[in-house]
Amino acid sequence: MKTIEFNRYYKKFGYLSLILIFISLSLLIFKGLNYGVDFKGGTLIEIRIQNSDHSVSKVRDVFSDSNLPNLTVKNFGNDTDYIIKFQKQNLDNPEYINDLKNEVLKSFPDINFRRVENVGPKVSSELLKSGIIAISLSLAAMLFYIWIRFEWQFSLGAILALFHDVILTLGVFSLLSLEINLSIVAAVLTIVGYSMNDTVVIYDRIRDNLKKYADVNIFELSNQSINETLSRTILTSVTTLLALLSIFFLGGEILRGFSLAMILGVIVGTYSSIYIANPTLVRLNVSHDTVVKKEEEKN
Amino acid sequence: MLYFSKIKIITVFLITLAFVYLSFSNLFKFDDNFLKNKINLGLDLQGGSYLLLEIDNQPIISQTLQNKLIELKKSFNENSLKVKNFSISNNTIMFESDNLSIDQVEKILLDKESELNPYFEKFKTHQFVVENNANFFSMYLSDYGVVLLNSSSLDQAVEIVRRRVDETGTNEPNILKRGNNRILVELPGLDDPARIKSLLGKTANLTFQFVSNNEKDSFGTEILKFDNDLEEAIVSKRIILNGDNLIDAKPRMDTQNNETIVSFTLDRVGSKKFGKATSENVGKQLAIILDGKIISAPSIREPILGGSGQISGNFTFQSATDLALLLRSGALPAPMNIIEERSVGPDLGKDSIKAGIISLIVGFCLVVIFMIYKYKIFGLIANFALITNLLLLIGLLTLFGATLTLPGIAGIILTVGMAVDANVLIFERIKEETRKENNKILAFDSGYVKSRTAIIDANITTLIAAAILFLMGSGPVKGFSVTLGIGIITTLFSVYFIARLFTSIYVRANKDKGNLL
Repeated sequence: MKTIEFNRYYKKFGYLSLILIFISLSLLIFKGLNYGVDFKGGTLIEIRIQNSDHSVSKVRDVFSDSNLPNLTVKNFGNDTDYIIKFQKQNLDNPEYINDLKNEVLKSFPDINFRRVENVGPKVSSELLKSGIIAISLSLAAMLFYIWIRFEWQFSLGAILALFHDVILTLGVFSLLSLEINLSIVAAVLTIVGYSMNDTVVIYDRIRDNLKKYADVNIFELSNQSINETLSRTILTSVTTLLALLSIFFLGGEILRGFSLAMILGVIVGTYSSIYIANPTLVRLNVSHDTVVKKEEEKN
Repeated sequence: MLYFSKIKIITVFLITLAFVYLSFSNLFKFDDNFLKNKINLGLDLQGGSYLLLEIDNQPIISQTLQNKLIELKKSFNENSLKVKNFSISNNTIMFESDNLSIDQVEKILLDKESELNPYFEKFKTHQFVVENNANFFSMYLSDYGVVLLNSSSLDQAVEIVRRRVDETGTNEPNILKRGNNRILVELPGLDDPARIKSLLGKTANLTFQFVSNNEKDSFGTEILKFDNDLEEAIVSKRIILNGDNLIDAKPRMDTQNNETIVSFTLDRVGSKKFGKATSENVGKQLAIILDGKIISAPSIREPILGGSGQISGNFTFQSATDLALLLRSGALPAPMNIIEERSVGPDLGKDSIKAGIISLIVGFCLVVIFMIYKYKIFGLIANFALITNLLLLIGLLTLFGATLTLPGIAGIILTVGMAVDANVLIFERIKEETRKENNKILAFDSGYVKSRTAIIDANITTLIAAAILFLMGSGPVKGFSVTLGIGIITTLFSVYFIARLFTSIYVRANKDKGNLL
């Protein structure tokens, strides 16, 4: 089988990754993320209007009559479906959604309220906090697990790859102003799991090879290991992407953001296993001794 | 070795069969009572409402402090201690003693046996924290005191919420405590929770107080608004009767005035109090007050002795029914706010199920075709393992009575995509091994052995992510972590038992042929 010299591009792709991370971080800092009602608080209403005369602007006009702060109206998948979002600070009146529904019903008698979500400011800030904690916790857990199973150098490489994946995925969400909601947090956690999975397979092979060949340096060895596991890497990425693309195109609007985040994550995760996780080991001069010493200590 | 004992084969076969049965029991109605568990559909799939309520315990805390203050004053009086300048601010009671009684005041407050600390006997700790700076004393609720107060009000509130929701006849509501001051209400099938929301938003504190025309009343007076927010009345602070004494309330049609009213029945104590108060005050106006607003203030024409009465107040039949319901189910210990609400209509749920199933089938077929294209006969084996994997997964979800959500379906589809990973790892390893090893059986065997650590590490990392999501996530997202996590376990089973079994059978039968993989 032909060997691809991945290691020739470690530096180039290293710079590319740095640039991409820099862009993503700038986007996250200066543009920020487009938080949905889960994290920002407010109200989301999904409606379907079948027969009456409707368009985004007409729907917007009707809802504007009720004087809703920060109102946005968007088409949602179908021509007949709309998402209406607004920030309502005063949640004390439990009737207000009902009043709003009755008001809108006058203009669109055949309206169907498919979904109503209303998140108070306290809950949304808690959800945001627990989302951040969940992601940090998963990163810490991965770091710890790899540290136990491998050496610290591997742990560092894996965690750098994970940060890279999470930051880049969020960067794309910031760039495209895609909505961040609870399911995106789930997607990010799954990306963490998937990227780790991918990294571990290559790392496992590197460890095997390090034990086998005492005289080959890590630069060559990492390339050999990548190549040996390459067909698996490609196959698994393809099957996972097939499943995700199927969700993206056929799974409905609600899962679209989630599956997009996952698709990005799988691509970035596969890339980072090769071009972040491996060069880190090279940088840290991991060698035959790194792996074997520990084995001896155990015995 | 690539060898399975007969017992192992039979066990694997039986386990698989049991789960296949379980997963199909969701589709068809088997006429037996062997197992009644079913996968529950989450609110996002079957439609329904989710409400998160938060109890505002401040009124209870204020009340507790008020009561404590009265108790303190009484106790200091009895012990002839000179204490003055009582005040309550920031949930803290403050007072000053004269310089001579500091020690004695302190002793009374901290004495474990003092009647001021009935709490100590029961919980072995103080309800209040006492601090003093010379003769300036301050007392506030201890952490434990707050916890206990919150949990008792939460317990009561859950009970009242349950009664109110039950009274509306909602199907299989799910009412759970969350944290120390929140209640989660799930209402499957109810996509417009307007009525429940307005019922739960009311404390339903009912009192009967006399309208006081002269402002000099020995109990003090307060100005209250009528329900319509237009009129006001001066009302005595003396509470004749409250909702606790009510045993029944019903909406009724008053045939004389052609008006909807709510009639109520009082318990024995209530009847007596009500009888006495109404006999002594014929001609006066009695205000009927709900949550600080006057519903109506009829004049007492004659003593009401039978222990029943009626409330009128421009009710529609619906509002009379709701008021009766609130009165029957009792008052909440403290007001509640709805801090999160999510409702999904039934047809969005159906659309989601449809989209979920279509994408599952398409994703599954794509993966299956791809595997056959890549690995031919071994692709077939991997696919067979994939199918059993799916059935096992659904079977396990059924066994646990798990809740399937839309992200949960996404988790299943993702499992399909990732499940073949283990088999791919093994097959690729075997390919490498066959290059070095001529004995097919040995090559296959070492392929399995050498890929094991990578497979286990890789799956454990995903499992960690799923576990964290399960612990931190809520609602639909939790459903995703459940299917993802269980999916990993069934994947390992299907790879190491099912796929390996078939691989071993195939390899043994064809060990002398050329390239198998």
